[in-house]
Amino acid sequence: MILVIDILSWTLLAGGSFIILTGSIGLLRMPDFFTRTHPAGMIDTLGATLIVGGLILQSGFTQVTIKLVLILILLFLTGPTATHAVAQAALASGLKPWRRPHEDQSQTDGNHAPHEEDR
Amino acid sequence: MFAFAAAAIILSMVFSLIRAFYGPTVFDRILAVNVQGTKTVLVIAVIGFLTGRPDFLDIALVYVLINFIGTLAALKLFKYGRLGDDS
Repeated sequence: MILVIDILSWTLLAGGSFIILTGSIGLLRMPDFFTRTHPAGMIDTLGATLIVGGLILQSGFTQVTIKLVLILILLFLTGPTATHAVAQAALASGLKPWRRPHEDQSQTDGNHAPHEEDR
Repeated sequence: MFAFAAAAIILSMVFSLIRAFYGPTVFDRILAVNVQGTKTVLVIAVIGFLTGRPDFLDIALVYVLINFIGTLAALKLFKYGRLGDDS
């Protein structure tokens, strides 16, 4: 039984580490601010849930579990709210979403300024 | 296993620090610092379990709230140029 719980929590911890690493690489390599909010939201919700879930399985039924559940609830409430607030402020300040450069050439709507074309 | 998770989170913190330094707009920096705070909470919890003393969870619990308030305060300071209502 202990072995099953250990394997399950190690799987959760490894999955969370994978999600956080790939999310951070996505935060580096995405071309635009609005696309970078997607891996940031992934890290805030999925990665944090997997890591804290693995820790909850390791802690058993103690006071530590209550604190971990509280951390999980607060991260779930505040993380997407902060990401949404940053994206809303960026949109209100006039930041344009990114478009793929050859789509700009196929459409003739005069939006011919592909910023950050090299990334 | 805790050491592996802590190493992975710390390596990913390096990546988001690069984004926070390199980000073209101020919103990229705020987003990267917000993600950095989330990873700080996770690495505090994991290192508490790694050293066998999970007493650092109180610090992590406070850090979640400070991170959220700090993000909103930085956004408001950038938008309005001040934090309070000096009428």
